[in-house]
Amino acid sequence: MEKGVAMGKTLAEKIWAEHIVRQADGEPDLLYIDLHLIHEVTSPQAFDGLRLTGRPVRRPDLTIATEDHNVPTLDILKPIADPVSKLQVDTLRANCKEFGVRLHSLGDIDQGVVHVVGPQLGITQPGMTIVCGDSHTSTHGAFGAIAFGIGTSEVEHVLATQTLPSTRPKTMAINVEGTLKPGVTSKDIILAIIAKIGTGGGQGYIIEYRGSAIRALSMESRMTVCNMSIEAGARAGLIAPDETTFEYIKGKPHAPENWDEAVAYWKSLYTDSDAKFDVEVDLNADDLEPFVTWGTNPGQGLPLNASVPNPADYADTTERTAAERALEYMGLTAGTPLKEIAIDTVFLGSCTNGRIEDLRSAADIVKGKKIASTLRMLVVPGSARVRLQAEAEGLDKVFIDAGAEWRNAGCSMCLGMNPDQLAVGERSASTSNRNFEGRQGKGGRTHLVSPLVAAATALRGTLSSPADL
Amino acid sequence: MEKFIKHTGAGVPLRRSNVDTDQIIPAVYLKRVTRSGFEDGLFAAWRNDPDFVLNKPEFKDGTVLVAGADFGTGSSREHAVWALQNYGFKVVISSRFADIFRGNSLKGGLLTVILPQADVEAMWAAIESDPSTQITVDLETRTVTYGAISHPFTIDDYTRWRLMEGLDDIGLTLKQTDSIDAFEAKRASYKPATLPIR
Repeated sequence: MEKGVAMGKTLAEKIWAEHIVRQADGEPDLLYIDLHLIHEVTSPQAFDGLRLTGRPVRRPDLTIATEDHNVPTLDILKPIADPVSKLQVDTLRANCKEFGVRLHSLGDIDQGVVHVVGPQLGITQPGMTIVCGDSHTSTHGAFGAIAFGIGTSEVEHVLATQTLPSTRPKTMAINVEGTLKPGVTSKDIILAIIAKIGTGGGQGYIIEYRGSAIRALSMESRMTVCNMSIEAGARAGLIAPDETTFEYIKGKPHAPENWDEAVAYWKSLYTDSDAKFDVEVDLNADDLEPFVTWGTNPGQGLPLNASVPNPADYADTTERTAAERALEYMGLTAGTPLKEIAIDTVFLGSCTNGRIEDLRSAADIVKGKKIASTLRMLVVPGSARVRLQAEAEGLDKVFIDAGAEWRNAGCSMCLGMNPDQLAVGERSASTSNRNFEGRQGKGGRTHLVSPLVAAATALRGTLSSPADL
Repeated sequence: MEKFIKHTGAGVPLRRSNVDTDQIIPAVYLKRVTRSGFEDGLFAAWRNDPDFVLNKPEFKDGTVLVAGADFGTGSSREHAVWALQNYGFKVVISSRFADIFRGNSLKGGLLTVILPQADVEAMWAAIESDPSTQITVDLETRTVTYGAISHPFTIDDYTRWRLMEGLDDIGLTLKQTDSIDAFEAKRASYKPATLPIR
């Protein structure tokens, strides 16, 4: 590079630079936060901290709360049965009232999984910095925003100051070129990426997903990809905004009133052609097959046509030990074709795959058919609004007629925190994001899948893709 | 926050990689609205196993957790840090930590030290052969010492200073209120707001 000639910037670097409140040698950058999303689990101790120090919420108008992790998905207008969950939800309600924070409670049309709520309100927009005490905040990166999960101490910090001292992550490009085959979705893209780079592969990076296969995705499919950036260990994941993004925001309740000015700015949000990423990874979309996890971390995944791997085949000792432990926990035998694995519960929902397009694509497959008598299927819309939309389209009837359970919005079976849980030894095909030991309930066994694989599996009773029907 | 300058204590060898925060503390234990009492949820699923390291009497007083690679992946729950601290851990050593967990730990005064995997494995062997081995983690000199062995570790100057002074991050930022005011004054008008409700 010639001296004095500025090198181009990546998208993440541009957004980061625009949000620096203060920069000093040897200190983290003080970053301005455009939007702070709140839920009941990671906020009570933060509000308590404000009370103890007599500090107000600096920008209630840049803060929004909803109830999602703890809430039941049945009988939502009755008091929450679990007294401890109820206390946490009641605490959020009291805190939001005391500090003037907008809250969407159970029963409200905009209640739902926090990462579904932001985009559907149009509050998630390109070029923003967005944080939430939840690691799947990376979802919002699909709009071309820097969005990342934070801990409760940081939640308190953002409430008090609307800023966060942060060290700028390195940048990684993941280039996905080509065309997805029918039956292959953005969930399969991200599962394949995580299997390729590992659960620690993105550590210290913001990932920018690029390439023709990414540009061809709908907004909701892009959210699925960005959602699981954290499963690759990345701080955040984002996609440059384009017409698909603008079209999605247009008409949403909080879409900008000075639309043209906003769009002009959004159009400046791309990685310059002469910018350099710290790392680049390539993935061919043409070759992708439906993907499924067999183990207990999201990197332990394979194409659905493969068989359960043999731990002895791993050269790396740590990977071998992890695979042995995973097979033991999952109750699987090396060499078993993945498609022969019988499933007890299918879960369709979560911040990964609980949006309207996910429900539509699964409904298309189960329409007019019956789910296998050996399993149960839970369909949990990501928000009350998604539920109403689905009902307006008759999707609820499609699922109910097929023998599935139609629930109210929440995190539900994605994490074992509310009444929707797996029993010990129960095996799920789940459209959520984590297959950790006990994630969906103590002793539960999780296979991560796309909505299409979830629906096909529900019909056949074993892990299946629509092509198997 | 309590100052962290130097800590000496016994080690606990956790020979597992990819210990995610759902393993450190499962979601059912996250329902408290306080910062204390999370020790009962620490590694809850594994505590039923009598062979699990924390159930062995020789390791029950350990304060330095020596863990496998990629410790703290997954959920951003700071409860994972609180559970470790509530239980009595002061330091976690691993060859790699997940970003959010490491950020949370250093904000909350739980020192996370990165050492090469070979050094972690040597520590496991030393602790297992003599569980009373005392490990000293010195933030001032940035070293981990046990017996005759000493390993240097790196931590950025700013974080080290904050931990050694026990400083409250929010207090430090509030000194920059003028800069925040100035930044807000020039924010673009098309940036969304959650209020008034539309």
